[in-house]
Amino acid sequence: MALFVTCLADVFRPSVAFASLALLKAAGCRVSVPRAQTCCGQPGYNSGDYRGAGDVARRVIAMFESADYVVAPSGSCAGMIVKHYPRLLEGEWKERAQALASRTFEITAFLTDVMPLPAGDRTPDTALTNRKVAYHDSCAGLRELNIREQPRALLRERAGVQALELEKRDVCCGFGGTFCAKMPEISATMASEKLRDTIDSGADMLVGGDLGCLLSLAGRASREGIDLEFRHVVELIHDHRSGQGIGAGPANGAGRQ
Amino acid sequence: MKQTSATFLQNAHDAMLQPERSMNRQRLGTLMPQLRDSGVASFGDFDALRAHVSEVRTHTLDHLDHYLDSYVKQATQNGNEVHFARDGDELNRLVSDICQRHEARQVVKGKSMVTEETALNDHLIAEGYQVTETDLGEYILQEAGETPSHIVGPALHKPEAEIRELFLDRHDLGDRELGDAAALVAEARGLLRQRFLDADVGIIGANALIADSGYSVLVTNEGNGDLCANLPPVLIVCTTLERLLPRFADATDLLRLLARSATGQPISCYSTLYSGPRRDGEEDGPLETHIILLDNRRTDILASDYRDMLHCVRCGACLNHCPVYVAAGGHAYGWVYPGPMGSILTPLLTSLDESHDLPNACTACGRCEEVCPANIALPDLLRDLRHEELLAQLSPRRWRMGMRAHAWLLTTPGLYRRLTALAVRSLTWLARGRGSLARLPFAKGWSAARDFPAPESANTFMHQYNSLRKSRHGR
Repeated sequence: MALFVTCLADVFRPSVAFASLALLKAAGCRVSVPRAQTCCGQPGYNSGDYRGAGDVARRVIAMFESADYVVAPSGSCAGMIVKHYPRLLEGEWKERAQALASRTFEITAFLTDVMPLPAGDRTPDTALTNRKVAYHDSCAGLRELNIREQPRALLRERAGVQALELEKRDVCCGFGGTFCAKMPEISATMASEKLRDTIDSGADMLVGGDLGCLLSLAGRASREGIDLEFRHVVELIHDHRSGQGIGAGPANGAGRQ
Repeated sequence: MKQTSATFLQNAHDAMLQPERSMNRQRLGTLMPQLRDSGVASFGDFDALRAHVSEVRTHTLDHLDHYLDSYVKQATQNGNEVHFARDGDELNRLVSDICQRHEARQVVKGKSMVTEETALNDHLIAEGYQVTETDLGEYILQEAGETPSHIVGPALHKPEAEIRELFLDRHDLGDRELGDAAALVAEARGLLRQRFLDADVGIIGANALIADSGYSVLVTNEGNGDLCANLPPVLIVCTTLERLLPRFADATDLLRLLARSATGQPISCYSTLYSGPRRDGEEDGPLETHIILLDNRRTDILASDYRDMLHCVRCGACLNHCPVYVAAGGHAYGWVYPGPMGSILTPLLTSLDESHDLPNACTACGRCEEVCPANIALPDLLRDLRHEELLAQLSPRRWRMGMRAHAWLLTTPGLYRRLTALAVRSLTWLARGRGSLARLPFAKGWSAARDFPAPESANTFMHQYNSLRKSRHGR
């Protein structure tokens, strides 16, 4: 199978990609990381640049379609490939997009529904036992890919964490890709609501499956002076002790396994 | 109604500065989805009904000529006069002509977004008629000189205290006190009752038009629509072509979707069928009835890729579930229809040029599509409008150039790799060990409201991964 690293993990959070690699290997996969990959093209697509996004999509399809499975540590990027590439492309490319879509998964869904991790090969991290962790459903994962229980089950079974639920768990956090740059004030209002909801849940850590949401929320929390730790869900499932939370300072030898 | 969609961001900014109204919106943004969810959950197979109605409406629009013909024939046979209005001005003129013919002085109106669209009130008042909105929310707004912020609950933005202030200011109260919400309602009811009795002409809208009987259907929760329709001697129904449905049974299916989606009610308090004027021997009902079918670019929409928007039932669920609507409020959208449906309809019914921020007021979260009783792929249509915006070069030039450069960069991996490596090193250097940056010269939009989280490492994943592979192969 092939790992779709995602541009945000590549740049902001390599430990997410390293944790994904390790988890996929633990599940028994032979993982390749196509070297020429860049990004799924969603920012342009959502800004209405269908031509540019189409160029990116064709490139991704050609690069990844030889793999049995494509896995991304992001519901948003996986959703782009699964739901939007087939909508964007025509003719032969549409068929190739549909074929790739049927083999593309977000990582927690893949590790639950397709290639489950072997039971009992990891003891829950004791550093997490006293933490209160809430889970943030990203919209694309939730509504485009129906991801809801998978990350919670993995957190429970692999990290010994019973995720706290946010009252408005199906409401967007305000990231929205280019939206947060085009309409920063509205976006920040939405982020503040999500942070308030997180604090009200009693959590001291918010985990999620999409770095976009997490970076945006971490940035807003930092601006508001809110003390919360932000992590991608694979960091907890794999190894919580790799460095600090998102936006909390440099990691110590981040992610190297 | 003066359109201010062009200043959406400023409108939203102003709205978010009002703490009481903002908190009120957040409260409704939680409550309304809860009501809708419980209404839908108690129905059984809501999705099946939604799919069925969607098919019926697709069929009706595909054969609009046939059903329109049948409707007009039947409605005329029932004694109605049916008129067509190409645009808002034509509708307004038709209404004032009818009023003039009857030497009317007083007009009462039920809630009608179509007449908001044509700014009928302004027109009639300018012609010297006394016009009274009789839906409680609309009445409050008319007294306050405001416009609706929501298509179902037009005055949802107004806290109770503001409404009390308004009535104290505008009504001759004598010794009466307006202690609680019930007293406010009673106050408005008392005043409106006399207006119904005095009115020469009643104006209402329609939720459905039934082709095989020529009847129109209206739902209200206050019964004001029925009073407007039955007490004055003349009734005018102002509505649009896409409300057509083949049979009565189709309309009842639609009403089940509509009420649950709007307020979670299994059925609205009043659902009324209007056939036409009073018949010989009948004791009540209007003596003369008119139906005005407004086009106002709807036939253009029918012929366009946005045709599905004509399935919209005006339930307001997409507004209630949209976090941008909840944050910014309905007035920010600057015209009649706010929220996701409004961000599509406003450019289509006015101009994209005047409203090109609206299709961007969307995080593509998909919640509106999930709850839309008409199964409209709202996020896709909003994205398509952004595509049109790009083709028409309406977005800022730096955005367009940036987007083109981005797409090119994503298909040029060697350069992409070098630039991301450089960016990561620069950001890490700028952060100097802090977790995030307060300001970034090239990301003003972001850093206006958030700090910028620094990368966790001075090297990209790809760089680290390649170095690891090389060192392993070297061994």
